[in-house]
Amino acid sequence: MAKSIDVSDLNIYYGDFLAVEGVNMTIKARSVTAFIGPSGCGKSTFLRSLNRMHEVIPGARVEGKVVVDGQSLYDPTIDPVAVRRQIGMVFQRPNPFPTMSIYDNVLAGNRLNSKRMRKSEADAIVEKSLQGANLWNEVKDRLDKPGMGLSGGQQQRLCIARAIAVEPQVLLMDEPCSALDPISTSAIEDLIHELKSSYTIVIVTHNMQQAARVSDDTGFFNLRAAGKPGQLVEFNPTKKMFTNPDNESTEAYISGRFG
Amino acid sequence: MTDLQTPEAPQLPAATLSLTRPQLPRWAPLLAGVVSLGVGGLVALIAGWGLVPVAIVAWVVFFVGLPAWSAAVEGRRASIDRLVTTVAWTTFGLAMIPLVSLVYEVIGNGHSAISWAFFNNSMRGVLGEGGGIYHAILGTVIITACATVISVPIGVLAAIYLVEYGKKNRLARTITFLVDVMTGIPSIVAGLFAFALFTLIFGPGVRFGIGGAIALSVLMIPIVVRATEEMLKLVPDELREASYALGVPKWRTIVKVVLPTALGGIITGVTLAIARVAGETAPLLIIVGTTTSVNLNPFDGRMATLPVFIFSSVTTGGRYEAFNTERAWGAALVLVAIVMLLNLLARFIGAIFAPKTGR
Repeated sequence: MAKSIDVSDLNIYYGDFLAVEGVNMTIKARSVTAFIGPSGCGKSTFLRSLNRMHEVIPGARVEGKVVVDGQSLYDPTIDPVAVRRQIGMVFQRPNPFPTMSIYDNVLAGNRLNSKRMRKSEADAIVEKSLQGANLWNEVKDRLDKPGMGLSGGQQQRLCIARAIAVEPQVLLMDEPCSALDPISTSAIEDLIHELKSSYTIVIVTHNMQQAARVSDDTGFFNLRAAGKPGQLVEFNPTKKMFTNPDNESTEAYISGRFG
Repeated sequence: MTDLQTPEAPQLPAATLSLTRPQLPRWAPLLAGVVSLGVGGLVALIAGWGLVPVAIVAWVVFFVGLPAWSAAVEGRRASIDRLVTTVAWTTFGLAMIPLVSLVYEVIGNGHSAISWAFFNNSMRGVLGEGGGIYHAILGTVIITACATVISVPIGVLAAIYLVEYGKKNRLARTITFLVDVMTGIPSIVAGLFAFALFTLIFGPGVRFGIGGAIALSVLMIPIVVRATEEMLKLVPDELREASYALGVPKWRTIVKVVLPTALGGIITGVTLAIARVAGETAPLLIIVGTTTSVNLNPFDGRMATLPVFIFSSVTTGGRYEAFNTERAWGAALVLVAIVMLLNLLARFIGAIFAPKTGR
């Protein structure tokens, strides 16, 4: 059920401002692809352009092609809502719906799309998703409590459960661990390893060790210069990236001798 | 690894830090207050002044005396603090005077009129003693309910357009500006608008409840738009994005995620808007008029409402003036109680629908 993503000559704009320029890459199915790079170089912007979340911001637009399963996402005939049902997303800050219980939060994707289902079916989806997100044992006795009452790490795993409950093809994660402590981070990294067998995962991270630990391929984004658009400097298997990168600036960034 | 050994701590100066300051005792403001009242009373005894000058003299003594005492003992900073605290309490007291005296007057004059019969009778055929405000309460409830039914959908949907769809485009900015202007429209103008509108449609001399409801909704819509707009702006964009990322269409995101999150605040705003228009007199006087008997049909004929009932009772005069005035105070008390209940209800509803954290 996982799909690969082909990106060719992608330029991303906010109004007239070119934020990311000329990205070409192939994201493999059933693998973890990590994006690293300094702040403001367009990693998150690029990630958001992969499921058309980018255009939620007024004035934002995209040139170039993103092809999933033979279909170009930015073709005029494509429905962005249908795209987002297939390509899920987990955000930097945990954002459970404050009016809903843990149970309803997990089912939000199904319920909000007014999919009718039986109670037993719904229960099964909730249990499966929460177990998939490694949260079931912690919350199984209080599924009717508000999702906002959980700790930050639990909320983030709840958001992951919510994202996988709709069974997307691809899961995009925008710095999912940046607000979490090392234990929650490790729980989420374990989760990424498990999810890899059934989903294509793309993760943006500021943590180089995390990229090295969880990913199969790594892309390094950088600004050519201050005020210039961000670009993809290097895209290689993670092992090669962290031992013998092609590009000098990649090596400088990874080894901490940046700038 | 970097060497994490801490550098040697710098030697502290030998002189001890002084963290204590002389302080006035906790009862100092109380003592100053008693002394000021004493001085005021003394002046009153000597000069034979009344209550208000005494209060002013006592206040001046307190206002000068406490900071001066504080300056002598505690120093400049504490003295200024006491001065500003006194100013803050004084303005608070001044703001409370009209409110407290209003409630006191209304209860004092109105409570004698309140009885079972007062709520249960209309004014049909009553000139002197007796009679009640049954017809006026029903009229106020019907007209305010109609105004709410008209304004809430328009106001809430307009606010949804402004926040969710219009994002700062020219039309949205124009609407926001016009809503701000509408907030300041005098209520008599709203009444004249409704009167002119229905005179154009039904000919001169038209009087009915729905006209009043429309005049009230002209006043109410901008309040509802404003309250709802502010509440929708408070809903974080992250929740909208979370919903979009699950493949939920925009309209469903608004209905199922944004509105429930803001619901408590929206209901509070609507209830306060109802409380605001329930006491309007001028527009109802023009387009609804008043009557002495019960009229439950807002589409036909004059209706009595509490504010207009009060107005006409006070301005009638004549032989039965004393009875009319007593009934007016009673009606005023009922109106104030209704508005107060609506405010309490707004807080209660706001607390119920507020998003729960479970902590």
